Amino acid sequence: MQTTIKILTLTFFLFIIGIFYLSLNKEKSYNTKSLVGKKLDKIILERFDGNDFLDVEELKKNDFTLINFWASWCGPCRLEHSTLMILNKTSKLKLVGINFKDKQVNAKNFLKELGNPYHFIAKDEYGKISINFGVYGIPESILINKELVILNKYIGPLKDEDYSQIIKTIN
Amino acid sequence: MKIRIIFLIIIFVFNNLLASEKSLDINQIYKNLRCLVCQGQSISDSNSDFAQTIKLVVKDLIKEGKSENEIYSFMADKYGDWIVYKPQFSKQNFILWIFPYIVLVGGALIIFHFIRRKKG
Amino acid sequence: MLSNLGNSLLFLNAIFSFIIIYFSSKSIKSVGETIPSKIFKISLIQTSFVMSCFFTLVAAFIISDFSLVNVYENSHSEKPLFYKIAGTWGSHEGSLMLWIIILTIFSFLFLIKNKNHPKNYRLYTLIFQNIIILGFLFFILFNSNPFATVSPVPKEGLGLNPILQDPALVIHPPLLYIGFVGSSIYFSAAMASLVTDYSEKQFAYSIKNWVLVSWGFQSLGILIGSIWAYYELGWGGFWFWDPVENASLLPWFAMTALFHSVIVLEKRNQLYFWVITLCLMTFILSVTGTFLVRSGILNSVHTFASDPSRGVFILIFLSLMIFSSIYLLFKKYKTSNSFINSNSKETFVLINNWFMLFYLLTVLIGTLYPIITDALTNNKISVGPPFYNAVIFPVVAVFLFFMAIGPNTKWIKNKFNDIKNFLFFLASALVINFLIVFFFKSYTVISNLIIISSLFLIISTMFDLVKCFKNSNFDLARITSHLSFGFLVLFIGLNHNFSIEKDFNLKVGETISFDNYEIKLKRLSLKDFSNYKAVIGNLEVKNMKLGEVNILSPEIRIYDNPSTLTYEAAIKTNLIKDYYLTMSNIDRSEFYNIKFQKKPMMIWIWISVIMLSLGGFLRVFKNANNN
Repeated sequence: MQTTIKILTLTFFLFIIGIFYLSLNKEKSYNTKSLVGKKLDKIILERFDGNDFLDVEELKKNDFTLINFWASWCGPCRLEHSTLMILNKTSKLKLVGINFKDKQVNAKNFLKELGNPYHFIAKDEYGKISINFGVYGIPESILINKELVILNKYIGPLKDEDYSQIIKTIN
Repeated sequence: MKIRIIFLIIIFVFNNLLASEKSLDINQIYKNLRCLVCQGQSISDSNSDFAQTIKLVVKDLIKEGKSENEIYSFMADKYGDWIVYKPQFSKQNFILWIFPYIVLVGGALIIFHFIRRKKG
Repeated sequence: MLSNLGNSLLFLNAIFSFIIIYFSSKSIKSVGETIPSKIFKISLIQTSFVMSCFFTLVAAFIISDFSLVNVYENSHSEKPLFYKIAGTWGSHEGSLMLWIIILTIFSFLFLIKNKNHPKNYRLYTLIFQNIIILGFLFFILFNSNPFATVSPVPKEGLGLNPILQDPALVIHPPLLYIGFVGSSIYFSAAMASLVTDYSEKQFAYSIKNWVLVSWGFQSLGILIGSIWAYYELGWGGFWFWDPVENASLLPWFAMTALFHSVIVLEKRNQLYFWVITLCLMTFILSVTGTFLVRSGILNSVHTFASDPSRGVFILIFLSLMIFSSIYLLFKKYKTSNSFINSNSKETFVLINNWFMLFYLLTVLIGTLYPIITDALTNNKISVGPPFYNAVIFPVVAVFLFFMAIGPNTKWIKNKFNDIKNFLFFLASALVINFLIVFFFKSYTVISNLIIISSLFLIISTMFDLVKCFKNSNFDLARITSHLSFGFLVLFIGLNHNFSIEKDFNLKVGETISFDNYEIKLKRLSLKDFSNYKAVIGNLEVKNMKLGEVNILSPEIRIYDNPSTLTYEAAIKTNLIKDYYLTMSNIDRSEFYNIKFQKKPMMIWIWISVIMLSLGGFLRVFKNANNN
């Protein structure tokens, strides 16, 4: 009995110390990267400047879709816009933009100035649509495939290595 | 003696008859959701833009007639289990929920055993 | 210059520790019961050097010597003097200086205060304590040196985070540290007791006041932290079950269990190994808490500057402590032959310990579980207030019943004859709760149970007080603490049940009404202060039922050094309730998000905790007088 208790106590402390050691170099803040691999839910998007709707199910027609959340007031969105413009030229990839808590006039001016890379732009006046995609700050981009499964999430502006990764994934 | 005890039980029941379960409290839901922007704060406490949006969505969900637990599941589905402060009772969180009660029962047994053995 | 002075003092302290350890072990081997006077002298010198070392750092902060990295990072020449001084222990490095000071002072005081105890027991305590001191001195010297320099010398410091510039936060760390760093002394004493087989009542006698003092300060430290969180963080709560708060609560539970069971050891010469286990556990939990907070493996509201290399150091130290203490404990453990009756006071002390351990382990698993799941499965989860509330609260009610009954039992005897009284108390508690429920409102069965059980404890403790006055042998310390604990739970229960909370958005000039309240955002004004700008709201809160009008002025502050945005709550306190109001701007909108709360009995929660710790100090004075 006593030996059992001794062994159990030792194991317990070794376990805890082991866990502490393993945790030391872990990222402690949380992001939604763990949602990669999940399938998108059924959501209907409304075109930001007209009475047109897009059912997310329709994105099954595309080989790959990149859903990008942006706004004219968002500085980092400006930075990543050139990357989006290049991605627009890729044939296998369609871009859907979700205009986040923005004014239509400002958004249009933004696109006039920097170009429009999107095949469809949806409006999200109050930010509620983005909640359905698990977005908590912009810019964020979600790469999905034919089955609407999330292949990757790019939280923050798209960087050069993100670009090459997207290109690698779709080819 | 018995009469007294019965009397006590009766008042206690009266006490609880008046206790109606609190109706769905929206602040409670805000408090049980964790903000992803100011991590460590709840949606209720956070001043971030994200928290404001989540509050709108929770209000919508309540209007749609969703229950408190359905709202938590919805959020956990969109953002991962991390967003809910109360971990679901699942296979994975089994130990978390059961461990305190093991301690409680185990402690009682140890004390009971200790007292009894010494007596005999 | 100050850097060299500080470093040499630190280095000398390490040497003194070695010398003390050396002389002590030599003296242990020699015959005779007196401790050589040189050990006292060196201990005294060590203590004064540690203090000088600390004051050197204080001086560096006062004169804003930015050649020290620590001063540069945490101070600013335009900061008020008070906060310059407080900046000394505001950072990780500076707080380690507090560690060392408390370790050393306690070591010295324990040595000179325990003249009636055997030489070897005192010397071993001194040795163990100095090993701990050395461990922390090495940590300071090689990892977290507050005297590290920066070159070229910066012209100006970075400033201290504005939400930390607060009187409550100035005294919070010293109080808390006296609590949990102070527990080191009975860790050392317990180790010494195991080594020297000093296991009689006398051991209990030598540590009991140290336990009570550390417990009293720990309680006050936690209280000040809560008060700060209440009025500074702007969420209207005072306890968030945040991992950092939990880290301070864990040793508190262990201490509470400890000073109850120490009484059994002292009076009945029983539970020796259990007392030892609790002594060891308290300080181990304190160091674990320090590890969790300083290594940065927690995701907490209270962000501390953290760095994994510190974590490695504390972890090694922690492992050494754990394994050496369990090795000694297992080596010396003997089953004892004691006799405990089921209705005796001993049993109720054990019941107290049982509940304390339940709280402790519940909070511990709640705090560690997310770390464990993340490390093993990469799955991140959150364990927050709903978990603790669901698990802990129902058990508190049961605990309070035992707490009321326990003190009325006798030592050894298996006798319990006050059943009639207790039924009467229970009936009164039920009736009062019924009145509360009837005249106000009520929520759940559990909240009823909590209020009933706390009333039960209050009534029966009051009755004890009356009874004791008649017999003139009353235990004022116990009655004060138990009574205030009853009130604490009662006020928390009432506060929880009857608080009103409303979250809404207003434009300037708009009014919102709900329940009996009408709130109007009358105007906003912009003001310039010396180190910040503030947007000050002017809100009129009307209570329609009472016809009472209050003006509350929450602020949004924009600080310069370092540039930060903070939200200042407006709080109107009176004896029955607090009005609590915060305001924050909503991006790209003219609306302001307003959180209004009515929190009943807030001030009484603080007072209860002060009274609770007062009970501990009363016991210390009483013990001191009896000696």
